[in-house]
Amino acid sequence: MLRLEARAEPSRAMIYLSPVFALGLTLVAGVVLFEIMGVPAGDALYAFFIEPLSSLYGLTELGVKATPLILIGVALAIGFRANVWNIGAEGQLTLGAIFGGGVGLLLYDVDSKWVLPAMLLAAMLGGMLWAAIPAFLRTRFNTSEILVSLMLTYVATLLLSYLVHGPWRDPDGFNFPESRMFHDAASLPIIFPDSRLHIGFALALFVVVAAWFVISRTLIGFQIQVIGRAPRAGAYAGFSHKKLIWMTLLFAGAAAGLAGVIEVSGPIGQLLPSISPGYGFTAIIVAFVGRLHPVGVLLASLLMALSYLGGENAQISLNLPLAVTGVFQGLLLFMLLACDVLIRYRIRIGPIVSKIDAGNTA
Amino acid sequence: MIKQPDAKTPLLALGAITKSYPGCLANDHVDFAISRGEIHALLGENGAGKSTLVKIIYGILRADSGNIRWCGEPVTIDSPSTARRLGIAMVFQHFSLFESLTVVENIALGMDSPGNMESLKARIREVSTSYGLLLDPDRHVHSLSVGERQRIEIIRCLLQQPKLLIMDEPTSVLTPQEIEQLFATLRRLAAQGMSILYISHKLDEIRTLCHQATILRNGRVVADTDPTTHTARSLAAIMMGEELELPSRPPLTQSDSPPRLVVNDLSLRALDEFGVDLKNISFTVGRGEILGIAGVAGNGQIELTNALAGERRCQQADTIVIDQVACGHRGPEFRRELGLGSIPEERFGHGAIADLSLAENAYLTAHHRMGLTRYGLIRRRLRNAFSNRVIDQFRVKAGGHQSTASSLSGGNLQKFIVGREICQRHGVLVVCQPTWGVDAGAATAIQQALVEMAEAGAAVLVISQDLDELMLICNRIAAICAGRLSDVLPVATTSVEQIGLLMAGADMEMDRAEA
Repeated sequence: MLRLEARAEPSRAMIYLSPVFALGLTLVAGVVLFEIMGVPAGDALYAFFIEPLSSLYGLTELGVKATPLILIGVALAIGFRANVWNIGAEGQLTLGAIFGGGVGLLLYDVDSKWVLPAMLLAAMLGGMLWAAIPAFLRTRFNTSEILVSLMLTYVATLLLSYLVHGPWRDPDGFNFPESRMFHDAASLPIIFPDSRLHIGFALALFVVVAAWFVISRTLIGFQIQVIGRAPRAGAYAGFSHKKLIWMTLLFAGAAAGLAGVIEVSGPIGQLLPSISPGYGFTAIIVAFVGRLHPVGVLLASLLMALSYLGGENAQISLNLPLAVTGVFQGLLLFMLLACDVLIRYRIRIGPIVSKIDAGNTA
Repeated sequence: MIKQPDAKTPLLALGAITKSYPGCLANDHVDFAISRGEIHALLGENGAGKSTLVKIIYGILRADSGNIRWCGEPVTIDSPSTARRLGIAMVFQHFSLFESLTVVENIALGMDSPGNMESLKARIREVSTSYGLLLDPDRHVHSLSVGERQRIEIIRCLLQQPKLLIMDEPTSVLTPQEIEQLFATLRRLAAQGMSILYISHKLDEIRTLCHQATILRNGRVVADTDPTTHTARSLAAIMMGEELELPSRPPLTQSDSPPRLVVNDLSLRALDEFGVDLKNISFTVGRGEILGIAGVAGNGQIELTNALAGERRCQQADTIVIDQVACGHRGPEFRRELGLGSIPEERFGHGAIADLSLAENAYLTAHHRMGLTRYGLIRRRLRNAFSNRVIDQFRVKAGGHQSTASSLSGGNLQKFIVGREICQRHGVLVVCQPTWGVDAGAATAIQQALVEMAEAGAAVLVISQDLDELMLICNRIAAICAGRLSDVLPVATTSVEQIGLLMAGADMEMDRAEA
């Protein structure tokens, strides 16, 4: 019989190498998957993971896709460290797009350098507003923020859908459910010529550094680490759990809102019924693959962005279904969790000896 | 009676028992034998390998190597039910009883073939009268004291008519009077030929009760001796491998200065049904004084510590007054600024965080008081220097301020936590179970540090289950029982028996009437 036995001291190096092993195993599983689908595995993996990186344009696209993942992933990682399980970043992203995009449409006729900052600010407010709902319900009524934030995602999506089908629909858009295109004043500046790589990527890199600094160098960051690891020790020290729930949720809301407006005023250029291929959910995987560390989140975001690009590329060149992207992302998280289990435990084969009941009896 | 091949043959003999865990050798070629009718102590500090050895005897663990002989015959004990079939019974330190069931129902649940309830009740009554273990089989467990609950476990064992009874730290939850009753029972059982394996780290008990003692240190047998030929001190020296100086209580200085800690009519409802309500607790602690609060575990000690530390706040500000500032409604950070330091009972997850470094654990409570934070930023150099100072001053055995708390032994971590609070020069210190689960060497160092702190002018409140400790270092003492605090008595004129009665909830008036 198989059983798991806790290791005396899990290797520290292994904890950080685990995402690498997980990636390797995901690729192996990918080979098997492609062989079953009857696609030459070599071609498929090339189309998926190499081809998107083989041109300068591909690299800039990687940055474009990674930007929202970095922003949201970093914020979620901080929340997860404090045991605040915000699963609804997708909804906060949508609200950010609505608020930020709304300001852009409201100031449609204004040509000022302040339009864009106003949109970014409004987007952060929108995201924070959406995140404040689970924060309030959690701190006031002890409601699960997992359920509340997740369900609010669907509300947000329907709200956006209503706006672009109704009041915000482009008057000259032949009844398509989409808003007007943003003017230049409401669009993110491009930082790399002949590409779509915009200033949001630089913003995301700044957030990575800032988050690392806050976590490792400030009292607030210390409080987050303590509350997440040992709530009673936090209470003993005098740290307020409620304050940290509010702070981490509001920060995640602001970051996700920012990611939302960056998407609509950057690569998309208008409001559509669907503005995100699930960045808010993928960011959860990103946070864990990145070991809840801002720099790790940056690397994991690039990897996940590659899976999006690769998925699109494989769809075009090999006619593979887009669902393969989702399969890869899920496989990666699954493999990561499996690797983590094996780092903390070793597998023993044999009958269950009494050591396991020792814990129950004594 | 079952046949006894030879009176000289030990009932149970272990030969060269070795057991290792990942990263630790718990038992290293342990030899051990217990004769019939003998009360045999297994003595050792925490982590010396006592529990591992007992678990091997009771079949919970299996040894890596070594042999077990029962009445001279080699046996394999692969499970507790095998052990019970051989005639080994065990009373655990933590009871497994169902609160909402009666005594007889609980006993029936633990038996392989309980049979008819009425006849079981009759047998319980028979056993309880013949061994002086008073217990009504129809009482519900939730209405029983801890001592009475222990009797259920003992009777459950005795009903199996065992030849060897193992008792794991049985007195840690009992009042002095209950301990006397228990010892009388154990002596009677031994006189009838039952062997008793008695696990403890309390030296005086072992000297008064046991015929023979096997002393373990670091997984090895370091002595097999008659404890009555030793003093508590020489036993401690064998157990630890070094002599230790006992601390003495601070001199009581009469001073006119107002008390540093005042608690006025503190009442708090428990947060959940397993907690204890605090009821009308009032006391003061003066400058240079150590006040002890004795009590059996689970009588409100944790709740009282949390309330004093500010983890739970009171409605009224003047319920708690620190150096004449009313702060009952304020949290831990405010009280720490006023000079109240606290040390909770639980080390991991409450007083310290296992996977954070010692430097970070020092920062946990010292972040403002020691000026380790500026503009919200951690001053890492000062933080590391402060934790190094705690490590040096309290001789904490650690790799340095970057070692994680989990890499320290219980005693070393407790020294670090106590040192962290004392180094902050608090005017008032509240400490719950300062030496619980700590080896004797570290315990002495901690007690000495508390005494020195009081001598330096602090007011120290020690909440402890260890009555010996309180009698040793406190100036005044009270007992907590079911969330109520007794009168506060001077230690110099109070006997252990008096405190024992208070721990059991007897009123002081009754006590005076008796005297």
